[in-house]
Amino acid sequence: MARTVRWPFRNRYCIVGVGNTAYGKLPGWSHVALNVEAIKRALDDAGLRKDNVDGVLTKAPTSDFQMLYSARVAQALGISPRVTATIDQAGASNIGLIWYAMSVIDAGMAEVVVCSYGDNPLTGSRAAYRRIAGDEAAYGLMGAPAGYALITRRYMHEYGLKPEQLAAVAIACRKHAALNPNAQFREPITLEDYFNSRFVVEPLRLYDCCPITDGGAAVVVTTEERARDLKKPPVYILGVGQSHPAKDLVLRENWTTSGAKESGRIAFEMAGITPQDVDVVQLYDCFTIVPIITLEDYGFCNKGEGGAFVEGGRIELGGELPLNTSGGLLAETGMPGMQLIIEAVRQLRGECGPRQVPDARIAVVSNQGGIMTTHATLVLGREK
Amino acid sequence: MTVERPLPEIGDQNRRFWESARNGRLELQRCKNCGQWRYPPARHCYGCLSEEAEWALVSGRGTVYSFVVFHQAFHPAFKEQVPYNVAVVELVEGPRLVSNIVDCRNEEIYVGMPVEAVYEPVTDEVTLVKFRPVEVWERADAVVD
Repeated sequence: MARTVRWPFRNRYCIVGVGNTAYGKLPGWSHVALNVEAIKRALDDAGLRKDNVDGVLTKAPTSDFQMLYSARVAQALGISPRVTATIDQAGASNIGLIWYAMSVIDAGMAEVVVCSYGDNPLTGSRAAYRRIAGDEAAYGLMGAPAGYALITRRYMHEYGLKPEQLAAVAIACRKHAALNPNAQFREPITLEDYFNSRFVVEPLRLYDCCPITDGGAAVVVTTEERARDLKKPPVYILGVGQSHPAKDLVLRENWTTSGAKESGRIAFEMAGITPQDVDVVQLYDCFTIVPIITLEDYGFCNKGEGGAFVEGGRIELGGELPLNTSGGLLAETGMPGMQLIIEAVRQLRGECGPRQVPDARIAVVSNQGGIMTTHATLVLGREK
Repeated sequence: MTVERPLPEIGDQNRRFWESARNGRLELQRCKNCGQWRYPPARHCYGCLSEEAEWALVSGRGTVYSFVVFHQAFHPAFKEQVPYNVAVVELVEGPRLVSNIVDCRNEEIYVGMPVEAVYEPVTDEVTLVKFRPVEVWERADAVVD
């Protein structure tokens, strides 16, 4: 087992293009087409052509897990790349894809790699979401909200988290989404709206849960050298980390610390930064509890203080640490995570208009999958 | 038409668990090599990877580690049951089980609530292991009745 993590690709690789489709209900779009459209836009953003691409990496659609998925996307792009792979870490996969992209570029296997995700559970098949399996379903335990509701209740017991503090995350995301023309939920909500929203799985209310959505999003990764003569200023990959608790809740010793702790430690160490250096964060927010735990595990505050940390506007635009400036999963789109990476890149390029964090230089992105089963961290910088 | 409720998928690994439950007993797998409880049942020990295992009677006593209340049915069979609770119970022996708390209102459940197993037949083959609140039991030794 590796005792230390080495990073031969530290500061040497960049995200040079980002692209996304509309989000929401997109009839007429297959998930393959959503991947292709996102990749097309990301390549255009970078000033690259599809023949420049020698790696196609995908996360399989959650709603429709298929074999050979990255090859199917490459086929639809009309290219035959040297590298294809589909990585399954659920919501953590997007950063996993970027890590793998850097690895294959570093190994000389590829120079320009696209990392992509597209899915259409809203208009396509939701069979995978409805699949009920395992002994636990006999007791009525099913669906992601219940897993996160169990964690939330336990966290409330251990640290005294208040519903108002969960609400602060939902309110911030809605506030930011109002400034994002591509966000699905652009109407701001108040604390009263939050408490008036129905329970889905108590203690989680509707506004604690991200929506199911159609959409595609992609990024282009290449070397620092290749990045120099492209269309947009490169965004440097300063640090990347992964850590996977990998256990179902009944087997997991600790429910209130996630893979974020070790993943964040690795990524921050690689980047040579501390939380004080970070200008903006895009933290996976499938449910409101998750960014609270992630902020603690990344060291922005102590364990148990995440609820107090998110209060008082600290995580809103204009606050000390703006979080999920595009609206996050909760309000921009429920897509599992690639949109957070795209928003971080746009913030560092200064492209975000009314929701721009002034002079954003360092952004941190978290990705997470399952019921806090997997975790990955990305530290991005305007300069290396 | 009545909707069929989800039932456990009984196979080689978990058959003994469900047979015991049908007989009103809570038995869990334990590693014969290192003594670690093996729940959910599995071929290999989560600790030492040994395939050796035995089934041991446990007390059926524990505390609520966490719980939730479903206000939305994610399966048609639970439509009539909302709001219903699902709890994770930590047995005094250590393993945690997903279950339901019965004989009390959802509002009365709390983390740390002492509970004991009860057995609820749902089909000829399947008896679910549920838990009901009890007065505080002696935690010092896990009494096996």
